[in-house]
Amino acid sequence: MVEAAALWISGHLAEKIRAHGAETYPHECCGALLGRDSNAVLLGDPGEGSSTAAREILQLFPLVNRRDDSPRNRFSVTAEDVMAAEKAARDQGLDVVGWYHSHPDHPARPSEYDRDHAWPWYSYIIVSVQNGAPQDMTSWRLNDDRAEFSPEGIEIRHRAAV
Amino acid sequence: MPVKVMIPSPLRPYAGKRDSAEFNARTVGEALGHLTTQFGELRKHLFTEEGKLRSFVNVYVNDEDIRYLAKENTPTKDGDTISIIPSIAGGCRPLYGSSIFYQTTNDRPRD
Repeated sequence: MVEAAALWISGHLAEKIRAHGAETYPHECCGALLGRDSNAVLLGDPGEGSSTAAREILQLFPLVNRRDDSPRNRFSVTAEDVMAAEKAARDQGLDVVGWYHSHPDHPARPSEYDRDHAWPWYSYIIVSVQNGAPQDMTSWRLNDDRAEFSPEGIEIRHRAAV
Repeated sequence: MPVKVMIPSPLRPYAGKRDSAEFNARTVGEALGHLTTQFGELRKHLFTEEGKLRSFVNVYVNDEDIRYLAKENTPTKDGDTISIIPSIAGGCRPLYGSSIFYQTTNDRPRD
């Protein structure tokens, strides 16, 4: 069965991610996406034998990029930061469902380094920041075989319908 | 009382959607071995092809990072909790010097 993924996020939170990327430019920004998966079936016909899974982002947990050596083209989040993000999510009845980071002066597409360090299931939002101005924003999920990412459609919503 | 292994969200789809599993184990390595035997799909996400823990997989026994203990030989006792904590990393520079992801003059990788 083909499964297409969709990521729902409010315009406000999407703008916060873009602003974080602009704020830390020319360094990469990073943060956690707090939210939950939806059991809702989206409208539309993605094709016979396929389904669409939706995930909703309800909060952001901005983090400090811990890479001191090459923050312009790398980011890292420590285990302690991960645990802090997970606690923040639990406190609000949510999960850490993904991570965001910026690509300063690079396209909003995952690099080999991104793939090599990615986990399955998480949504990875990338915002491209060109000359300090946020541009494209994309989301990706690592395939089960770890060989590549699949794009995940971002849907800007005024209010979630989970 | 066995050892409890906490499974992080991204790995639960490969572990029957469970958030934890319990095993009788004398070391961390033994517990992770039981875990990946029971849930075979977890192996590639936790271990390299050479059988080493992936560098971005952190393992804690109670509150202690096993890198500062005896790594996978860290002994465990009944009632201990083993937590698998993801490290998150990425970045726009290509890993192998490839320029495949860069399409414009401004998109050249930096060293």
